[in-house]
Formats: sequence, structure tokens, C-alpha cells
Amino acid sequence: MSLITTLARMEAVRDGRARPVATVLHRHLSDRPLAFVPLTTAGEAGAPLGALVGTDRDTPRLLVVPQPRNRDLRFAFLADLAEEMLPYLDSYADDVELEERKETDPETGKKVPVQVELCADAPQLLVPSAAGVAFVRLLGRSMRFRRTADQDPDTPFPAPARVPLLGRWLTHYGERSRVPGSSLLLSLTELLGRHWATGQSNLEDQHLGSLLAWIDPPEGFPGAEAALRAESARDADGQLLCPPAGPATDPAFDNKLLAPAIARYDAARAEVLGGVAGGEARLRLAENELRELIASQLRPTWDALWHGVDRLRGLPRGERVAERWKRDRWSFTGHRDRVRAGEPPQPKRDDAVTAAQKLSARETAQAQLEAQEALDDPLVMAGRRLAGEAFAGEVTEVEMAWSEAKVPRPRPLVTVRTEDRPHLEGEVKLYRVMADGRTQTGEFAGAQAPGALVVRLTGGMGRGKTPEPGSVPEPGDRMCWTLFEHAPRGGPELPDAESTPWTHGGPPDAVALGPDPDPVTEEDYL
Amino acid sequence: MDARALAALAANPGCRRRALLDGAGVDKGALARALGASANFGQSQFAHQRGNSFEARVKADRGETLTRLLHERLRDGSPAPEPGGVDTPDLTAVGPQGRTARTALALREATAAGRWALLDHPMVSLDVAGSPAFLEPDAVVVHPDGSWSVIEIKSFPMVDGSADPAKVGAAARQAAVYALALERVAARVGELKPDSVGEARAVRVRHQVLLVCPKDFSNLPTAELVDVRKQLSVTRRQLARLTRIEDIAAALPEGTTFDLRLADDGRTVTRPAEELTAAVDAVDAAYAPECLAACELAVHCRARSRATGAVESLGRGVRGELGGLTTVESVLAAALERTGGEPTGDPAVDALRRAAALRAEALAAPGAVACR
Amino acid sequence: MIGTDCVDGGSRAGHGAEPFDPSAAAARATEAILRDTLHGAHRGVVVDSPPGAGKSTLVVRAARELAAAGRPLMVVAQTNAQVDDLVDRLATADPDLPVGRLHSSDPHPYDPVLDEHPSVRTSAKVADLAGLGIVVSTAAKWAHIKNVEPWRHAIVDEAYQMRSDALLAVAGLFERALFVGDPGQLDPFSVVGADQWAGLSYDPSASAVTTLLAHNPQLPQHRLPVSWRLPASAAPLVSDAFYPYTPFRSGTGHGERRLSFGVASDGSGPDRVLDEAAVSGWGLLELPARRTPRTDPEAVTAVAQVVRRLLDRGGAAVSERSEEPVPLTADRIAVGTAHRDQAAAVRAALTGLGVSGVTVDTANRLQGREFDVTVVLHPLSGRPDATAFHLETGRLCVLASRHRHACVVVCRAGVAELLDEHPSTEPVQLGVTVKFPDGWEANHAVLAHLSEHRVAWRP
Repeated sequence: MSLITTLARMEAVRDGRARPVATVLHRHLSDRPLAFVPLTTAGEAGAPLGALVGTDRDTPRLLVVPQPRNRDLRFAFLADLAEEMLPYLDSYADDVELEERKETDPETGKKVPVQVELCADAPQLLVPSAAGVAFVRLLGRSMRFRRTADQDPDTPFPAPARVPLLGRWLTHYGERSRVPGSSLLLSLTELLGRHWATGQSNLEDQHLGSLLAWIDPPEGFPGAEAALRAESARDADGQLLCPPAGPATDPAFDNKLLAPAIARYDAARAEVLGGVAGGEARLRLAENELRELIASQLRPTWDALWHGVDRLRGLPRGERVAERWKRDRWSFTGHRDRVRAGEPPQPKRDDAVTAAQKLSARETAQAQLEAQEALDDPLVMAGRRLAGEAFAGEVTEVEMAWSEAKVPRPRPLVTVRTEDRPHLEGEVKLYRVMADGRTQTGEFAGAQAPGALVVRLTGGMGRGKTPEPGSVPEPGDRMCWTLFEHAPRGGPELPDAESTPWTHGGPPDAVALGPDPDPVTEEDYL
Repeated sequence: MDARALAALAANPGCRRRALLDGAGVDKGALARALGASANFGQSQFAHQRGNSFEARVKADRGETLTRLLHERLRDGSPAPEPGGVDTPDLTAVGPQGRTARTALALREATAAGRWALLDHPMVSLDVAGSPAFLEPDAVVVHPDGSWSVIEIKSFPMVDGSADPAKVGAAARQAAVYALALERVAARVGELKPDSVGEARAVRVRHQVLLVCPKDFSNLPTAELVDVRKQLSVTRRQLARLTRIEDIAAALPEGTTFDLRLADDGRTVTRPAEELTAAVDAVDAAYAPECLAACELAVHCRARSRATGAVESLGRGVRGELGGLTTVESVLAAALERTGGEPTGDPAVDALRRAAALRAEALAAPGAVACR
Repeated sequence: MIGTDCVDGGSRAGHGAEPFDPSAAAARATEAILRDTLHGAHRGVVVDSPPGAGKSTLVVRAARELAAAGRPLMVVAQTNAQVDDLVDRLATADPDLPVGRLHSSDPHPYDPVLDEHPSVRTSAKVADLAGLGIVVSTAAKWAHIKNVEPWRHAIVDEAYQMRSDALLAVAGLFERALFVGDPGQLDPFSVVGADQWAGLSYDPSASAVTTLLAHNPQLPQHRLPVSWRLPASAAPLVSDAFYPYTPFRSGTGHGERRLSFGVASDGSGPDRVLDEAAVSGWGLLELPARRTPRTDPEAVTAVAQVVRRLLDRGGAAVSERSEEPVPLTADRIAVGTAHRDQAAAVRAALTGLGVSGVTVDTANRLQGREFDVTVVLHPLSGRPDATAFHLETGRLCVLASRHRHACVVVCRAGVAELLDEHPSTEPVQLGVTVKFPDGWEANHAVLAHLSEHRVAWRP
């Protein structure tokens, strides 16, 4: 943790409320995000218990699995979820703009410009916490290999139509969320934690209620007290006043309320199956009771999620966020195209080339994110300056000079007076943003005196012997140079999967990567 | 102390409070409740049921599934267990000592037999700070070559061959405790004369344990071998440390006790909370937020840590650049004191002042473009 | 690398009754490596080389023999400095050997010293270097080369520091390869999470050798058995602590390397620790226990003082290289730290004491380098807690294995207690081979050894 963040946390302790660690919003926040608050059954893998889902904070759809071990009820839940999510995803698929992109012509092997579609906006999924993101991935994994009766009439326990498709989308969103700076799938704890420092630890910030208690403590309550209440206050019945943000439920809820309610539901269902008179009514009653119980655990988190969204919307947007969101739109469009082209679901494991490509893309995204956040936000830049990766100051002197080439180029020497202490060694490359938004390059040319650093400008001055007007700073200008690139580029192109070299096992076995359905057993949950 | 508690010692070895309470066998959960600071520990009955029924399911065929999984994963060329070819000795006995002795005997016999054998819930003991702790692994397999493997059955899933690393880590530390206890048994068995066959067998506890979990989203078992050598050496270290408990206890004020003075109902605490608090405070804790997930007393320790303004309450990593400054108050005072920018000679203080100045500068110009 | 028995390590030869002949053992290993490389049936050969075991010599020799056999050779190194060093060595060893240096299009893309070799051709375009027997470049540059006829052979240097995905990008360029590297140094890393691929044989964030051997377990693996750099006082410790399953020995015996001073000790801490290090090869200058930030001014001063006294006292080194004592000059001394800001603080302190010409750098940048005497600021000195970064075995291994004569470690007291209080709750990924040695154990082993050479700080 940087000292600046440490200080912010300590200020929060002192003030009894969270303190900012960003001055602008560093992630894209959709005007119409789809919020998803899921709960899962303890001990089971990917057995949802219920969820609130929707784009309207006042009218979320409540989905409940009254008996999580019942496959039909689980499938019904997933079908309902698909019915809620897929139209939302689809609603962004057809509003497109045309972009020019270079693609390799298969015949000539040359790069030629082609017109391709780019969705004008993309759907955004919000979940309460990091565990929610992991659950989206798990749901995606559990759904995408299911077979529907349409796909395979002989499949045992066919999944409802569209469930495998939702599985593919959730997988895509889950995978995209691993890309630094991406915004297709975000958790509120991560979003809020990026912008505010609380007076507690990172670990404790994973609790959405507790995090919000610091950011917006109720009138008259210091953050620590409000957070403690959110974390652990219980009613006379032993139930948490602020249920966990899920997807795991509180054991006390499971044991004291949920288990008996499920037992009543099971009993009523047995009565219905056994033809006992009045069974239907008792079943409805039991089901309603369960719905209310589960809603009681979901609703506080749902409200907290939107409360967090409100706070984030109060921040001015970072300038370069739209650039990153455009990559998210590409990602959404790309998956839309793969689905439309009838491609099979994502494999269980990446092949060697895909894994390397993803890692490389994420490293590039990380470097870009770090650069862009610093350029968008003086508070982030302050951290980079403290770390010796940038320096800001006033120009005290400009001396014109030229390179010793045949056609001499301008290489002015600019002296910057600064109190920062950058890690400058040798002729390290430097970058700054010019008034017109372009990046100017320079190199460190020594220190005139302690705190008087000389930068030799090497770029951004046009092609002529004299620099373009405005491209060379003047004494009195304030400027900020970074030691990091502003638009770091990606790694090299990797071979096609079919050309995987012998060192990495050769071309992948097509069969091994095929979408084998998961084994199905008579009762697949215990 | 069970294996889970022993394994958890490694979570915060610097905490003298925890070492003492655990070494003395104090029920920390009850103590925390009596102090009015109980943590959100507890298990859902759904998880509990699933764990039990999964274990019952994989053991339903008298060890054949488990032995087959172990053999498949080992791929060491040993003979595969044949149907009906796995011995499952009866381990019933009276009391933990009795069961431990019965287990040792069964291990010795199975080792001598040169066949596959599965010991279902054996009992082994380990000396913890001078008194024996009785431990009950899920299962131990004896290989035809006389070596032993710890089997750990967990109900979290292995999806596409991978599982939650934190849970696997905890399972590995727990299994290492069993392996360590088994090594003590193996040392004794190894000293015994060769059996009637006249063949001396090398008795060794394998350092790879078999972790058995549900496969993907099914209830079918799958398994992976986990190398626990590192966890073994950690456990050895922690047990050796526990012997230092006497030194910690010796430094306590005369007559310090953690007795809750339960009433006749066995539940109601009659000892005043202030007295208990004083007793607990008599021994130092090393609180860090990680404790919240690993120690029943953590909520109490957190409150004390925050009350003193300890920087660790914000996370272990916070301390790194603060040097000798240990409280929030002293850090803020050092950072915000105005001295005209002269270096103080204390790099922690100088860095804090620079950080505070940079932070203030950036916050004073909200919305300003950072780098032009 | 647990349990991989090396075929031709030759290390066991020395443990028997016969006296250990390091030259013969090293020669046997080299012959076997070259035999497998030039005439073996396998597409790859892997060579583990502990610190100072003659890796560069091996690479130069293998390159020359492959070139002599008429096999077009590409050499892959990890940094530009390594590439320049290799090209310089090749051209120096065989001035008639045509060598290509493929470089980037940045300004100052290679060391100008290469321009002094007439047989070396430099270019940013691989086509310009066509027809040369040997072409050397960095993995990053090679990764951009497309649509060329594959080379018949490659040498991949520092293969343990190369990431699996970097090998994936270049492996299509060659048919067979010799992989050389030191498994004990710092592992490659990724700045973003790569957990989702943990346990896969081709985990892109793993080392190139890990992936290579996972897919080609039958490849011959060799080990260079002798460290020519580390003195007899250091090899056993470094071997036991960092290479517990692949031991090596020192090429020189006790007493063959000697360090002496023209000026007697003034009784100060720095002088006493220097005397201790001159006699035993190791010295621990221990400062009083205290929690400090990374740039602990007292520790930095102590490091600088030791270096200053090392120069002032007229140090001289005797070794197998020369019967006559060779003056210990600034260029034969290095200071190693864990962090860049520490290195910067030491540099400033040295400048303040009027010392110049001493190399001061972090472990990462000292990898592969060699000095007579090193002064190390212990990575855990003054820390309130140990972290995975500070416990990484590779870091300590690099710092403790750069010297030919002696190593002085400057550290605050209390590191043993710090290690004892370090939580051990690492997550475990299924299918990932456990890496040995454990950072905790290695740190304790080194500390225990150092404590026998402890001198308390008295300025």
C-alpha cells in the first residue's frame, strides 16, 4: 500500500468516515446497469438459493429456489435468470457503429482495412462483492456445457432453452472482469474501494455493508461504529441486522430460519405428491414464506449496491475511461459475433496460446490502466510522484539545442524545478501530456542543481528544424513528466493454436478441448 | 486441540495470547462470548450435511473408490487394488487412548500384510505442549509397499481440476498435522522386529496426501495429490514453539486464569467480564485483520488494537514504511506537522511529510488535469 | 526440480573416497552436454548452472561448436546487456566467427563495444543478418520475427528467468535447442494475476523450463557441478540452502583464495567485520534491533562505511588466477540491496564518502554478475514483517552468491524472531509442483551460518 493510501486510511480513522483516494471516477458506470445479487446454498457448488436481478432499483425481480437440491427447481431458476438477463444483453447487440480495422487478407497475407461493427454501448453487470464476481464465473461454468433437448434429444435431464447461452455470456463477463480496468462486470466493493479509503483494513472492506458504513455513516455515528454494526449486530433472534452481501449466507440464518422453512416446503410438497388434501395451499404458503425469507436477506444488499452506485455517480468521470470502455465494447461485440457464428462454448481450459494471449493482453491493460489513472487524476499522480515515477514542477529555463544529425532536429533543454525525487538513472525516457493532448517525449539530461532537473525534448515538436509553436514549454510553465509510457503497447503476436510449438506440447488435441458435457448423475447434489 | 486448530497456529505464530490460550486448551469461542465479542464463526447445517454425506458416499464401498483414486493419481507402477482387495481393519476401541493403540496395531498389521488397506477414521496422537492431542484423519491408506498415505476428504468442489487455493491450503496444513502424527507412529512401528514373513519393510509416511473432493458440479469424487512437505516443516516449527508457552505463562501475573467460572448449568459465565478482560490483556496479542478469519478471539483483539490506535489494525502491510511509528496518532502527527520542509533525518517521517504534502496538493485541486 | 536426477552431474564423484577433481568433473559434464547437444536424439537439452559454474563459457563453447558443425544457430537471451555480453565474448573467443547482433530500433540499441569487433554485424532487420552462422538477440526481439525459415539450432540463455509465454513466442523459430540457466535465481513474475492457469503444464507465467519439461519429460537434463566463482567458504552454504536437491561444489579449496589488508583494523565495527570476512569468507555486521522503513539511514551508512574501509585499508586478493596479490579496487566490489530506493540511498552515501566506481544495485540487476567482495543489505533488515517478496529464495540466493572472496551482510538484529513470527498460510494450487527450497528455511539457514560471523556495529 502506498504511503498516500496509508495516510488516507489514517485520516479516515481520525475523521470517522472514509476519505477519498481518487478525485475522478476511474471505471465506466453505465446509465442502465443490470444489478445482480445472488445467494448460494452453503456447501454446494453452484447451487443458487435465490437472487435479485434487474435494471430498476425499485422493482427488482426476485428469483428463489425453494429446494436447492431439486434439479427441476434449479433449472427453473436458471431459466428465469436467462429470461431476465438475455433480453438485457440483447438490447445492446444491434445498435452499432462502423469502425475501420486492419485485418490480414487470407489471400495476399497483407493487412487491409475492413469495416466492422462495434456496438455503440455495452451491457454492464454489477454485483455486490468480489465473491459475487466469482459466483458469476461459477454459474457460467455450470451452465454453458448443459445440453438442451433441442441440442440433443437423448440428453438426460435437459436444461431449459437459453440456459447454456446465458452460461456462455456469464463466462465471457467473468473472464473479461479479469482484465485490469475493464468494466463489463464490476463489484461494488472493488469500485468503492478504488475511490475511498476507510479506517479499516482491505479485508474488512470486502463487506459491502461495512464499507458503505464508512463511506456514508449514518448521522451521528462514527464510521467504525457503523461498520461494526453492519458487520455483526444481531436481533433478538440472533439474526444479522445487515445480512452478508453473499453469495454465502449467514450460518445462523441457514440453521435457524432457512432449514426449517425448507423442511416445511419439503413436507408440503410430499403432501401434494401424496395427494393429501390442502397440500397445495400449504405448498404455496411454504413457498411464499421461503421467498420472503430469502428476499429479507437479499434486499439490504440490493439497496446497498444502488446506494454505492449513487455515491460513485457523484464523482466526475475520468477522461480516459471512455477509451477503456471502448475496449469493453469491442469485447462485447466480439462475443456477440462468436455466438451468432454458432461457435461452441468456451472450453474448460485455455490452450497454451490462448492463455499466453490473455496474460499478455492483461499485462498491457494493467500498464495502460496505471498510466491512464495517473494522467486522469492528480491524486493518483501524486502516488506516482511519491514513488519516484513522475515529477512535477515549474520550468525555470529553456535552452534551444539541436541534434548532431545531417538534418539537425530540435532538442531543446528544459530545466524543471521540482521538490519531487524521481528515480532518474542514465538517459531515462520521459513523457508528458501537451496542451493539445498529445504525448511529448524527452530524456533525462542531468541535474543542474539539486531539484533542478534538465529534460531534453525529443518529440512532439513536428518535423521541421524549428519546433512547432507551443510544443516547447516556456519558463514559468508548470509541467509533469512521467517515467512511464502513456500508451504502452502490447506484446508480440503469438502463433496460432494450430502452430503451438513442441516446447508447449504441440497443437492442442481438438477432442480434449471439445465441450464435453459434465457428468450427470441421478441426483447430482447431496 | 484438533488438527484444524493445530494447523491454524501457523496463521499468526507471533501471537503470544493465542499460543498461550491454545496451548492451555482454553475454549476461545466461549471466552470471546464471555467478553462480549463473539465472532461470526459457525457452520451452516447444509454445509455440514453435505460434508458428511459426501464422505459417507466415497467410503460406501469399503475403501475401494478411495484406494483406486489414490492408485490412479500416484501412477507409480504399484499393483492396482483388486475388487475386494482392500483390507478395512476394525478400529473400534474404548476411549481415545484405546483407539490410538488400536490404530497403531492395525497400521502395523496392515504394513506387514503387504496389501492395500484403508483405515477409516483412525486415531493418532501428537504431543502438544506436553499433553497428547488426539487426532482423527478421515482415512489412512496403507500401500502394499508398506508406506502410508493420509486421505483428506473435503466437500468443496474441484472444478476442471482446480479448487479454491485458500481451502486447499488449509486442507494441506490439516493433513500435514496427521502426517506428522503418523510419522511418530511409523517410527515406533519401524523399530519393531520384522514380521513372521521375515521381511523387513521400510515404514514411511508419504509426503503427498490425497485430497478427495466432489468433481465439478456432481457428487462424484475426484482427487489430487498434494505435496505437504512445506506444511510439515511449518507444523514441526509451530509445535516446537509451543513448548515456549511455559515462558509466556511464567511472565504472567501470579494467579492469572482464564476460568469462566461456569455456573452449575455449565453455560452461564459467572466471572465478571472486567476480570476476564484483565486476564486476557495480561498476555500480548499480535492482532492483524487476518485474525478475523482464523481466531475466535479476533473481534476482542481488534477492539483493543483499535483502541490503542495500533497501525496493524489497518493491515499488516501498512507497517512497512512507517518505521518506528506504531500508532495512527503518531503517524498523523508526524505527517502533518509543519516544519518548513527541513528533513528530520528520520526517513519514515520525511516520506510521510512528502506523502501528506502531495496528497494535500492533489486534493486541493479537484478535477484538475493531473499531467499537463 | 525435485527428484530429477541429473544424468551427468558428476556431483557424487566428490563425496567418495577419491579426492574431488573439480576440473575433471566440470569437463565431464561439459562433454556430456555437448555430446547431447550436437549428436543427441532429443530436440532439447537442459542445463542447470549454479552461480558461477561457467554458464557463459559453456554457451560460448556450444555456440562455436554448433557453428563449426555448420548448423545455423540463433541465441536467445533475456536482456540487451546479456546479449551484448555474449556477443562480445563470442567475438573475443573467435575473432573470425561471423556473429549477428539483432537489435531493436530504439536509440542506443546495443553496446557500442560491439562495433569494435569486425566480425560482428548489427542490424534491426533479421534479413540483414541472413547467412551469418550465429545470430544473437533478446527473447523480446525474436518474438517479433515472423515468416522466416526456422533455425536448425538455438541456445536459450537464462532459461529459468524466461517466462513460458516468451518461449511460446519464439519456439517456432528453431528446431532444437539447448536451454541453459540457474534454477536458484529469481523466478519470472507477472504483474497481473495468473492463478487461473496455475497447475496447467503450459501456465504462461511459469518459467520456460517448467513448461518445456512438463511437455518433454524425457529431455536430457544436465548440471554443471562446480562453481568457479564461489569460494570454498561459500559454496557449501549456498548449495545446501538454495540447491538442496542439486548440490554443487567449489572449484577452489580452502586457502586458495585469500584476502588481506595493508592497513590494520582500527577496532571499529566495519573493520572488525572486514577482518572476519577476510578470514572466513562471511561477515555479519549487526545493528541494534529496530523497525525501520526501507531506507534505514543507519544501515545505509554502515554499508557505505564498510565499502569505504574496504578501499581505505588497501585490500588485496590472492586467488588461483594470480599468485601475486591483486589490489582490491572499486570495480571489484558490489553492494546488493532488495529495493531500488535502498540502492539509491547507498549510492548517495558512497558519494558522500567520496567513493566512486562501486556497483550498487538490486538483486534483479546483479543476476549473472561477479565481484571479489560484496556488501549486502539484508532484505529483512529492520522490517516489521516478512513478505513473499522479501522471503523469495532467489533474491537472497543472488545476493549471497556474487562474490569470489567474501560477502559482508549488514543487518539489524531480530530477523530470526521476525522469521519465527511469519504466518505460514500460503494458498495451495492443485497441480503446481512445490518449489524448494522454502524461503523461510533458506533464510534461516543463511542467518544461522552468518550468526557465526557476527560483529556488533560500533561506528
